[in-house]
Parts: sequence; C-alpha cells; structure tokens
Amino acid sequence: MTDAHAVTIETVSKSFGRGQSAVRVLDNVSVAIGRREFFTLLGPSGCGKTTLLRLIAGFETADGGTIRIEGADLTKAPPFHRPVNTVFQSYALFPHLTVEQNVGFALEEQGLPREEVRRRAGEALEMVRMQAFARRRPSELSGGQQQRVALARALAPRPKVLLLDEPLSALDLKLRKAMQIELKQLQAEAGITFVFVTHDQEEALTLSDRVAVMQGGRILQMGPPRSIYEAPTHRFVADFIGDINLIEAEALAGGGVRLAGGGVVPVPGATPGRVTLAIRPERARMVAPGAGVVDATLVHSAFLGTAMLHKLELPDGGSFLIREADLSAPMPERGGRVGLCLPAEALQVMQA
Amino acid sequence: MNLRRFPVMREISIAVLVFLYVPVIVLTVYSFNANRTATVWTHASFDWYLRILANPSIRAATWNSIVLAGTSATAATLIALLAALATRRAFPGRDTTETLLRLPLILPEIVVAVATLLLFVSLGVSLGLGAMIAAHTAFCIPFAYLPIRARLDGMSGSYEEAAQDLYADRFRTFRRVTMPLLWPGVMAGFTLAFVTSLDDFLTSFFLSGPGTTTLPVYIFSAIRAGITPEINAISTVMLVISILLVSLSFFLGQLRR
Ligand SMILES: Nc1ncnc2c1ncn2[C@@H]1O[C@H](COP(=O)(O)OP(=O)(O)OP(=O)(O)O)[C@@H](O)[C@H]1O
Ligand SMILES: [Mg+2]
Repeated sequence: MTDAHAVTIETVSKSFGRGQSAVRVLDNVSVAIGRREFFTLLGPSGCGKTTLLRLIAGFETADGGTIRIEGADLTKAPPFHRPVNTVFQSYALFPHLTVEQNVGFALEEQGLPREEVRRRAGEALEMVRMQAFARRRPSELSGGQQQRVALARALAPRPKVLLLDEPLSALDLKLRKAMQIELKQLQAEAGITFVFVTHDQEEALTLSDRVAVMQGGRILQMGPPRSIYEAPTHRFVADFIGDINLIEAEALAGGGVRLAGGGVVPVPGATPGRVTLAIRPERARMVAPGAGVVDATLVHSAFLGTAMLHKLELPDGGSFLIREADLSAPMPERGGRVGLCLPAEALQVMQA
Repeated sequence: MNLRRFPVMREISIAVLVFLYVPVIVLTVYSFNANRTATVWTHASFDWYLRILANPSIRAATWNSIVLAGTSATAATLIALLAALATRRAFPGRDTTETLLRLPLILPEIVVAVATLLLFVSLGVSLGLGAMIAAHTAFCIPFAYLPIRARLDGMSGSYEEAAQDLYADRFRTFRRVTMPLLWPGVMAGFTLAFVTSLDDFLTSFFLSGPGTTTLPVYIFSAIRAGITPEINAISTVMLVISILLVSLSFFLGQLRR
C-alpha cells in the first residue's frame, strides 16, 4: 500500500496511570501529515504535545489506534526501528562524546564504514555551520551551538521525519528569531517532514505549513496558519492565537446576528441562539457615531510604532480592541463616542 | 541559636578533634622512630618499613587482604550494578528491595559475623578464604551500590532515549551510552567496597582459617605481644592507602556531573 502521507495517526489514545488515578492525556487523536510538510503542534502546557511526539518517536506506546510512517504500521515498533529522529528539548547530546561523535552516532549504528560516517557527519555539521567545533565536547558549547549540534545529529541519518520538541525554547529572543529562519531554510533544503512542537503561537504561525491547535488531549482545529488565525472555529483557538475581540451576540432565526445593545450584522449560517462573534483588532474600523453596527466609547489609544491600538467600551460594558494601521486616519478624542464597523467577511461566528 | 556563640562549644570541638586525630598522628610519627621502644624518640628512620617488607607473615597477610578485597569488591560491584539497574523502573516491592540493599550499613557487624559463622559451620562449609569472600561480598554490596545509584539518579533518561532514537538497540544503548556515563559511579563503588573489605577486622577474624590471616587480623594478633614499631609502620601504610582510595572514590563520584 502506498501512502501519500509521511505520518498518519489514527484514533490514537494514551493514558498514564492505572485504574482510578488514570489520566487520559490523548483522546482519540487523528492527524495525517504530508510529505515535506512543516507541521506544528500548538497548545498550552500539559495539553499532550510532547506525548503525541513521543508516541511518533516510539518512546511511549499508544493504548489504542495506529501510527503509520510512510505507510508502514509502526504502532508497536521500538524507537530504533523507526525512520524518525528527534531533536530533544534538552538536546540530550551525549556528554562523553565529541560533537563529531555525537553527529556520527546514528551513522555508526547504521553500519556505515568509518570514512562514510566521518564524511556525512562533516556534511551535517556544515549544514548547521558547526564544522569548526567538531572536536569539542557538548559542555564546551553555548546553548545555541548545542541546539545546532542536536539538529545536525538528528538530520545526519537523513530520517523521513524529524520531530522537534520546543527546540528553541531555551534560547534568548534574538537567537530564537535567527534559528527560526534557519530551521525553515533547513527544512526546505533537506526536504524532510518536520513535526514541530511549540506553545508559542507566533512561532507556530511564522514557520508552519499547517498548525494543529491542541487542548486537553484533543486537536481542536487544524489548518494553514492563515485559516487558524482568521477563521478560528473554537473560542479557545481564537483566544489562544493573537489578540481577538469576542462579542456576546444572538443569532436570529431569519439570518443575521444581533449584538447586545446594537444592530444586526448580516452573517449567514448561524443556528439561532446565543453565539460568540470573533473579529481580529485589525479587521474592525471606527466610523462616525451611528454609522456603524453599534456605538462605543473610546477609552484609550496607544501608539505601537507601526499602528495605533484603540481600546473601546461597548454598551454592554465589554471592551473591544481596534488596530489601525493607517496612522493618518482621523483620530477621535478620548472619551468620545464612535461607531463600530464590523465587516461581515471578517466576522467569525462561534456557537457559545 | 548559633551554636558557635555558645561559650564552651569551641573548646569542646577542639578537644574532640584532638582526641580523634592525635593518636593517629602519634602512631604515624613513631613509625619513623629509630628506637625499638615505641614511646622513646631517638631519630628518624625508614627501618621499620624495610623490616615489614621483609617479614613473610606480613607479606602473606597483605597478599590475602588484597586477594580478598579485590575479589569481594569485584563481586559486590557487579551485583550492585545489576541491582541499581533493576531498581530503576518502578515495580511492586521496589522500596523494600532498596531498603534491603542498604540495610547492611546499619546492622551491627558482630551480629552479622556471628550469624554468618553459625551458618557456615552448620552447613559444614570450611572456614577460610572462600567463606571470607562470600561474607565480604555481602557486606560490601551497599558500599558499591550507593555511588552507582547516585550516578544513575543524576543521569537523565533522555540520553538513552536519544541513543535509541539514533537506531541503537537496547544492548548497543547500554554499551555506548549507559555504561560510559555510569562508569565513574561504578569505579567509585568498587573503590569504596575495596577499602571497606580491606579495613574489615571482625568478619575476617571470625571466618579466617589457617593461612588466611588478613592484615587487620595480623595486627590484632601481633599487638597482643606488645606494640612494636612494625605495627606502627603497617598501620600507617593501611591508613595512607585507605585515605587515598576514599579520596579517589569521592573524586570519581564527582566526575563530569
Ligand atoms: N510519564 C507520565 N506519567 C504520568 N503523567 C504524564 C507522563 N507524561 C506526561 N504526563 C501528563 O500528561 C499530560 C500531557 O503531558 P505533555 O508532556 O504531553 O504536555 P505538553 O503539551 O508537552 O506540555 P508542555 O508544553 O508543558 O511541555 C500532562 O498533564 C502530564 O502531567
Ligand atoms: Mg512538552
């Protein structure tokens, strides 16, 4: 059977502990990750990201479901039989081996001749620009350098899939930004599928072809960064990723949604009842009082460098953010009344 | 309350230290005394050290001690290593097993020695080197176990996961990663077990047969005939070896943490 996917996870569940104290960490998770895809698992601490990664690597065994890699069922296979390599969060570089020996470790295990091991370890180190450090011990390297060596070690045996568990979280912001770009380039050059774990939403959106947002052991939403950002299907997803305005509203039987203390916006397709409207701060606009769907009070304005951020108060007391990129736009006074224009195509309706 | 502020604390501490170390220092100094009377100093000499080298009973006792300590420490270290690896993962009865492994440290040695003697006699096992090795191995296990265990506890499991991730099977992982990382702990454990066996008197005294006298047993029987400068010299040698080995064990335990 041929499979177009690098990794296929079908209805996988995992619990830790037994009997009464058992905790279900993954609940019926299914994902198909394409070849050469940069796929990111995003979610808050404890949602099960690492556990899912460890199941793919083979460090944990699933309670149920199947895991296939390049079409082969490897659900029960030990880690050393999986064409998958991991970049550990703690790097886990062998302290008793040199950088070169670390990078050559897997190549030796694959039984390659010594010359070939040295050549390919050298190549891998070159890829991360660490060839000058080949003879050092990991303890003699900085955090960023260790990170590169860990990457080279995992890439050297040319795995089908590379698993990365928050590989950048130990680096400072500047190095982190630089490594993000390098990672993305490396992935494109090596043509390897990346499964990347992070709890940093910005990192996830910048790097990924596709993002899966997880919460409490489930995948809530999966898709390209843009659709996750612009069309969140869950309140949790909307809230977790970037700034967003959430407005309590009521979907009407005849179509359209009525805002508390305001007018009706023509969004189709919502089942009547209480709903939550979501809109990104940069998609809403201020207009003259009475000209928008609802009137609000301007509470505060802040200059962000490339945009203005306005904080408004809605009639029901809720607050609302507007991000205005046009710095020459007329600015109302603080405390003044403004109208709020919510373009229907920018609104996302979520069942409350 | 700061104990150091307490009026007589300082004096008491000094008295205790003097009481502990002065006899040892005196013994060491007099081992270099040329005079045969152990309490009258004439001038310095290495005579007694040359004398013990030439003494056949001391040479035999030294050889017995080294064979006994080497064999027992090796066996104890092997058993301790297996025990430490086996008690790594949780299993029912793990806590009990660990307690049993450390218990010999606090059992009164005389009781264990007598019990072992009774056991061997009732089983008809003849006393001598074999019986001594068996008993020494048993009481050396906790000394070998503790440093190995400490090393293992301080070792992140992610190194072994990384090795398996990089295609090393369980055996190769053990050989290429677990063992090299554990090695300083194993050596520290062996050294400690070796010193413990080397310094033991009681168990050896109970279980030694004809011709299997160890150094401590020899010293004990020799001082009944009076304290001689040879005893001072041989004791000093044992002291120095013990200090060196314990320091080595400590150094190995600290290595590449
Ligand atoms: N070996 C284990 N035994 C028991 N519980 C575990 C084990 N491993 C993980 N868990 C639990 O499973 C849940 C998910 O853990 P996991 O490490 O997958 O989270 P995560 O999403 O990677 O979080 P983080 O962002 O903090 O790394 C947590 O509640 C954790 O306490
Ligand atoms: Mg994690």
